[in-house]
Amino acid sequence: MTARVAGFGAAALTALALLALVPRLGNAYYLALAISLLQYTVLATAWGMFSGPTRYVSLATTAFFGVGAYTVAVLGEILPWPLVLLIAAALGAIVAGIVGLSTLRLSGVYFVIFTFGLTELIRQLVVWFEVNKSRVLGRYVFVDITQADIYWQLLALTAAVFLLGWLIARSRLGFALRVIGEDETVAKHCGINTTFAKVALFTISATVMTLVGAIMAPRWTYIEPSIAFNSMISFQVLIMALLGGAHRLWGPVLGAVPLTLLFELLSARFPNTFTIILGCIFLLIVYMLPRGVAGLLEKLSTTAGGKTRQRATA
Amino acid sequence: MSQGSGTPVLTINGLRRAFGGLVAVNDLSFAVAQGEIMGLLGPNGSGKTTALNLISGVLRPDAGTIRLMGQNIAGLASYRIARLGLARTFQLVRVLDGMDCRENIKAGLAFQRPHLSAADAEVRIGALLDRVGLAGHDRRPAADLTYIDRKRLELARALAAKPRLLLLDEWLAGLNPSELAIGIDLIRSLRADGITIVLVEHVMSAVRALCDRCIVMSSGRKIAEGATADVLSDAAVVKAYLGGVAADA
Repeated sequence: MTARVAGFGAAALTALALLALVPRLGNAYYLALAISLLQYTVLATAWGMFSGPTRYVSLATTAFFGVGAYTVAVLGEILPWPLVLLIAAALGAIVAGIVGLSTLRLSGVYFVIFTFGLTELIRQLVVWFEVNKSRVLGRYVFVDITQADIYWQLLALTAAVFLLGWLIARSRLGFALRVIGEDETVAKHCGINTTFAKVALFTISATVMTLVGAIMAPRWTYIEPSIAFNSMISFQVLIMALLGGAHRLWGPVLGAVPLTLLFELLSARFPNTFTIILGCIFLLIVYMLPRGVAGLLEKLSTTAGGKTRQRATA
Repeated sequence: MSQGSGTPVLTINGLRRAFGGLVAVNDLSFAVAQGEIMGLLGPNGSGKTTALNLISGVLRPDAGTIRLMGQNIAGLASYRIARLGLARTFQLVRVLDGMDCRENIKAGLAFQRPHLSAADAEVRIGALLDRVGLAGHDRRPAADLTYIDRKRLELARALAAKPRLLLLDEWLAGLNPSELAIGIDLIRSLRADGITIVLVEHVMSAVRALCDRCIVMSSGRKIAEGATADVLSDAAVVKAYLGGVAADA
């Protein structure tokens, strides 16, 4: 077991070292694509960390991403970069804590709708504040951050998310979340403080999403609420995590990578019908792969294992 | 048994809960002593399950006190009551279908204080599987189990917490005669361990075989209480069950 973990860790570090070399290729298009891939990998993995075990479908990804991006828009030029990231993370955690405490009592479709509405609410609040208080709508982001810097930060965040997810899955909190996902009533009667467990993981997941927004912000140079709080991000992340399989830590990445590439292709070739195609893809995924690519791989590996076992006994 | 005969494990006083105009539990009072098996009887809709839900914290009482080992738990969250030593099973058996048997039982013990070491937990899980008759099924998905095995697993999960008080909500319902005999033996064996049990049950042979004392509810009120044989021959009880109306005795 420990040998396996060590081997896996070594492989992960090697992959990380190789991925860190991508900006050295000197190809701006590949770098931009790699940034998109990492962005969605982190977002989808963070989404799956909470929604996978609990089966609470959240459409609030955009809200947190936007909070992160907007924090940079407001503070990016005033404060040193690490401090900006720290404040963004703290803001994301605070918003997530408040939202979590007020909404995680909701279940099923009510939670979905609320998280969707929440994104819109935060966007409107930002618009209201900018129009009435700061009297600007749209801000320029002039910070000294290169595309390579964005890439490396995202790569570090990716590594951190996987490490965090792995630790949580092995922890009592991770097990509590799985029990909650199975049957919340039973969870309570097993002595699980279900509200705390859900809010804790929702907050961790949201903090990561906020950091992604903050790290990505310098890429735009100009930010306004409709850019930072683009609800498409919520849906894309949801589709990716479901395609990959949100019940495994490594599931969402299996959806994030192919779909980012596909979205890239589609949005370039069919800019007007992009969303229609997206909807159809979503339907197909739900029908064909209810447990995602991860579930398909597991099924294949167990049936293959079963066949070898049968052959051995025959 | 170490508690001696001092405080009862469960003491309920003036418990009341209404849903709109319907008073589901009305001025209910009773006590359960250490090591006792108390039967909670009554026709459908008489308030038995509501009473269990009030005791286990699923519902908040409108009035009254519920004392577990002397501590008032009325209105506490379920998870707190669970940590104080109350475990239960459900009228419609609830196991965690996406997990194997081992994990189902682990759910019952992982969140109790103080926490067990991983090695101790494994030993306890093995012993519990053995205890309820599921030895060797550790890695079997709960979804693959037969009906009685699901009941067994649910009971093992409840026992994992080493409860002071165990609430069984029609745990014996739906079992065939031979399974019923196994089930009765299993619950009887719990008494030997000194576990205090409140049992909601319609299977009268099981009530006779297991319960030291019984309470009968009708329309939310307690209409009889006493030794099992006496209660079951009580005229008011017979009328409540057969006539379906509370006797104005």
